[in-house]
Amino acid sequence: MSDRSTLRLLVVRVLVLSLLATLGGRLWYLQVLAAGDFSTAAADNRIREVITPAPRGSILDAAGRPMVRNRTALVVSVDSQALTRQPDAGIAVLHRLALVIRVPVRDLQRMIRPCAKGVPRPCWNGSPLQPVPVLADAPPQVALRIAEHQEDFPGVTAQFQAVRDYPRHSLAAHLLGYLAPITLDQLAASQRAGHRDTDLVGAAGLEKQYDSRLRGVDGVRQVTVDHAGLVTGTVSQTAPVQGGDLVTNLDARLQALAEKSLVEGLTTARKGHDKYGRPYRGTSGAVVVLGARTGAVLAMASYPSYDPTVWTGGISAQDYAQLTSAAAGVPLISRATQGEFAPGSTFKLASASAAVRGGYSLNSTYQCPGFYDVGNARFHNFEGIAEGSMNLRKALIKSCDTVFYRFGYEMWLRDGGVRPAKGQARELFARTAQAYGFGAATGLDLPAEAGGRIPDRAFKQAFWKLRRADYCAGARNPKFDALRRRLDQEFCTDGYRYRAGDAVNFAIGQGDVLVTPLQLAVAYAAMAGGGTVYRPQVAKAVLGPTGEVTWRAQPRAVRRLPIDKTTMDYIRSAMAGVTRPGGTAYGAFTDWPQDRIPIGGKTGTAEVGLTKASRQDTSWFVAFAPATDPQFVVVNMLEQVGTGGAYAAKVVRRVLDGMYGVSGQHAIFPGGRVPTALPRLRPDGTISVVPANLLAPAPAATSPAPAATSPAPAATSSGDHADLAGALGVSPCICARSPRVAGRQVPGGRPGVVATVSAAEAKARAP
Amino acid sequence: MSVPTFRLGPAASKDRLRRRESPLRRTDWVLTAAVLALGALGTLLVWSATRVRQESAGLDPQGFLKRHLLNLAIGLVLAVVTAAFDHRMLRAYAPIVFVASCVGLVAVLVIGSTINGAHSWIVLAGGFQLQPSEFAKVGLIVSMAMLLGEKRDGESVPRGSDVLVVLALAAVPLGLVMLQPDFGTALVLTFVILGVISVSGASAKWIVGLLAAGAIVAVLAVHLGVLKEYQLDRFKAFANPTADSHGAGYNTRQARIAIGSGGLTGKGLFKGTQTNGHFVPEQQTDFVFTVAGEELGLAGGGTIILLLGIVLWRGLSIAARAPDLFGRLVATGVVAWFAFQSFVNIGMTLGIMPVTGLPLPFVSYGGSAMIANLMAVGLLQNVHLRNTEP
Repeated sequence: MSDRSTLRLLVVRVLVLSLLATLGGRLWYLQVLAAGDFSTAAADNRIREVITPAPRGSILDAAGRPMVRNRTALVVSVDSQALTRQPDAGIAVLHRLALVIRVPVRDLQRMIRPCAKGVPRPCWNGSPLQPVPVLADAPPQVALRIAEHQEDFPGVTAQFQAVRDYPRHSLAAHLLGYLAPITLDQLAASQRAGHRDTDLVGAAGLEKQYDSRLRGVDGVRQVTVDHAGLVTGTVSQTAPVQGGDLVTNLDARLQALAEKSLVEGLTTARKGHDKYGRPYRGTSGAVVVLGARTGAVLAMASYPSYDPTVWTGGISAQDYAQLTSAAAGVPLISRATQGEFAPGSTFKLASASAAVRGGYSLNSTYQCPGFYDVGNARFHNFEGIAEGSMNLRKALIKSCDTVFYRFGYEMWLRDGGVRPAKGQARELFARTAQAYGFGAATGLDLPAEAGGRIPDRAFKQAFWKLRRADYCAGARNPKFDALRRRLDQEFCTDGYRYRAGDAVNFAIGQGDVLVTPLQLAVAYAAMAGGGTVYRPQVAKAVLGPTGEVTWRAQPRAVRRLPIDKTTMDYIRSAMAGVTRPGGTAYGAFTDWPQDRIPIGGKTGTAEVGLTKASRQDTSWFVAFAPATDPQFVVVNMLEQVGTGGAYAAKVVRRVLDGMYGVSGQHAIFPGGRVPTALPRLRPDGTISVVPANLLAPAPAATSPAPAATSPAPAATSSGDHADLAGALGVSPCICARSPRVAGRQVPGGRPGVVATVSAAEAKARAP
Repeated sequence: MSVPTFRLGPAASKDRLRRRESPLRRTDWVLTAAVLALGALGTLLVWSATRVRQESAGLDPQGFLKRHLLNLAIGLVLAVVTAAFDHRMLRAYAPIVFVASCVGLVAVLVIGSTINGAHSWIVLAGGFQLQPSEFAKVGLIVSMAMLLGEKRDGESVPRGSDVLVVLALAAVPLGLVMLQPDFGTALVLTFVILGVISVSGASAKWIVGLLAAGAIVAVLAVHLGVLKEYQLDRFKAFANPTADSHGAGYNTRQARIAIGSGGLTGKGLFKGTQTNGHFVPEQQTDFVFTVAGEELGLAGGGTIILLLGIVLWRGLSIAARAPDLFGRLVATGVVAWFAFQSFVNIGMTLGIMPVTGLPLPFVSYGGSAMIANLMAVGLLQNVHLRNTEP
């Protein structure tokens, strides 16, 4: 054989050696130098987290009646990712699904399209990887059809899921809020808080405000999986911790009464006519009931309302349009906290306080002419009636506007008028109103509260700066008529000035003044309750899974009013005359037992415009009761209705009837006090409902108090609670704690307990 | 010979003592031991790779193990037969083996089944499949050795015409394999051809020419769209491993995770999480090395590389000491085959070679490959016995 052959064989040997050395070196690198990274990667590969959702806590009223709880429902969901992978992008499946669940295909497509800039609602705001619920509460036969014919419905599932249940339907819808799938933004912001892309989070109301307390901690099971995701074992496991139950200051019965009275008030008002002979529109309204000494929100109603179940399992296109439609009055908006209205004469509380601070004596007499001239402008008294001379008490009882015009005008002059010297303008009217809490959000524990508007000199400046360019352009716009151009020119040059007319309008709660019904309630509570402005508070406490109190709300004082006690007592006593003969609200309180429960109050009738085309008046009434030792404040606002005395006062009267049990019903607050006790969790997981008269710290003398000597029922966690309550003659309610739902299992449920609730409640309602 | 021969182990150094001993005693026992060790390791690894998956599919967990052992037994028997063959008869049979393997390659194109993109298998009864391209490797080696090893008077190196004839002959199985298309096997055949022609002593211009031609063919294949998309994807995934973690890059990434997470001593046999979770596809065949890497660690993987090294080294020693060019070329061909295939197979699991469907010799599951590999070892032993013939 040739040497060449042998030599080449040697080359082959070297080649083979180097190949083997390469493999060995690479193996060394992977298994020694980079082993750590690969070990992590191997663990990531095979370990998955299985989430057992923590049951969300219930929302209860002060006595423990459930207002929101959980139940299981069959939810039909569409995995849009799976649909897009189908040859026709899932069109055929959607058409089949539309027929089965009776939702138009167009609506289905809208519900599952991802939200993005320029995509109108409804759209899917959650993770694109998460199936989109398209129908909650699917009838079992529909769910079965989808589950059993998966070949017809690839990417569609029908499964049991925990959904929110509203045992009292639309009751307190604006307060409770609703859940919505977590948005990608929220998810990114709260990754550390343990949120997952499949989470439902509170999107409004108490559900949003107290989301972290209600939600609990999801259980996590780490499992090992194979390449196909099939579980092969468990690595670690933590049990879910259910969310706390939120006890509110609300009383479900009072809330129901407030909502009912509001609707009745508007219905009645629509039968009346304005001065042009048109029926009142009665488009919206609100009722707020506050504890005068704590800021506790006992009831808060807003009309129009809606049934929060529309949010369960994804809101339909039609429902969402309805909630946000102007024609339907935008039911989504809470008029009590988000509606801003001119307060009219109810604002005289602040004006009277400001006048006294400005040096007007409580003992002087003031003229109440039919009109008051400021420069060349004439400001009329209500309906132009002259009432002669009167003291401040009568000015409040009669609601004489001209008395307050004078206060406003004279104090405006003292402030330096249009051109104040530096530091001259004390703006006592605006400052006093702000001290009462107007012009800023009250700090209520609900999201998205409106702040109202107190138009002081700074406001005029800011507004002018903001809009000057528009008006200056308007002044030169040939399309506008001469008057419009002149007005625009005036604003353009002088719009920043705080004019006499502004001050005069301010004094009677007109002009640019805007308040929310809640702000009005807070202001009157501050005056009636002794001078402390409280932050209104819906939530009262949070009960942990075993019923222990994990959080307790404390009354949160914001500030003291800058008004002395004498003045407050004077105003309080003056306003007690409003519901008496000669007062503007006497009509609604003719048969009220004033000797037992004196009622103080103030009417308001705010004009929204001066022409026929403008909106009808806003009708207001604020009451505090008892006037001698105020415990409650009740506010009613009716939009596009007549006078406060004629309409709003009657709504408040109905609410007070129920609270004190005046017109034959059981009193909701028999002690005449704001309840302070908390409901307790029983060992069997149910909440024991505290009878209302036992909730009160001390029974009032005005009320028979059979429970005064009874032990606190909360301590008796026995099963005879219903009997005890029944014997006491008050409404018992054994309320089942919501069936806790874990994961997608169907819970055993406790139908017996639920039945007990209905029976107990039915029994209680019987005379 | 002026060039020093490389000898390894006592068996080699005792050649002279064995001259008159029986063929059984004269067998290269180091080679045999290394091959048997690889076979035993492979058996464990194939078992580990298939045990859990078979069980979860409701099949016999030892199903692959049993078939693998059967393949191994058949292969060993045929290896003994091959080793015991009279080498003169071997030359005589070479054309028959070659023609038979070419017929097999044609048959597979007509009646074969497609697995993983390559139309390479003839499905037989009883769950067995025949892969004619594996036997074509044996046939090609023996035929080339016969043609190039036929000595002409006074010539120590093959003529150009001989090389041409050999190339023309080799083009037949190469072309047929390309038609399947099984580029892995085609590459193996190319390297075998290159190795055999080189060691035959043919002029260097042939080697350079062959390398150049190979490069041109490769470039043309990419640009003319001869390669299938999955094949291009494999190369892309190789060039940029992070680009596609779910498609073509998935296999290689999972393979590296398996091996890398094994560390020095591995997670223990049957305890690999990547293996038991079946994260690495084709793990009992092309990716069997990942089982060793994960469960036996650097110790196990290194042992396999070492054992393969022993096999190759013994093969090269047998080639070096072959009494005639035929024997040398047969041994060289077998070594080129094993070396290239081992490097590409292990290299792809380590992420330094693109994915090609080549099994790891003696270790991977697969009857045709196992039998062909063991028959090739039989050829090496046959040559070795001729070296030491009395």
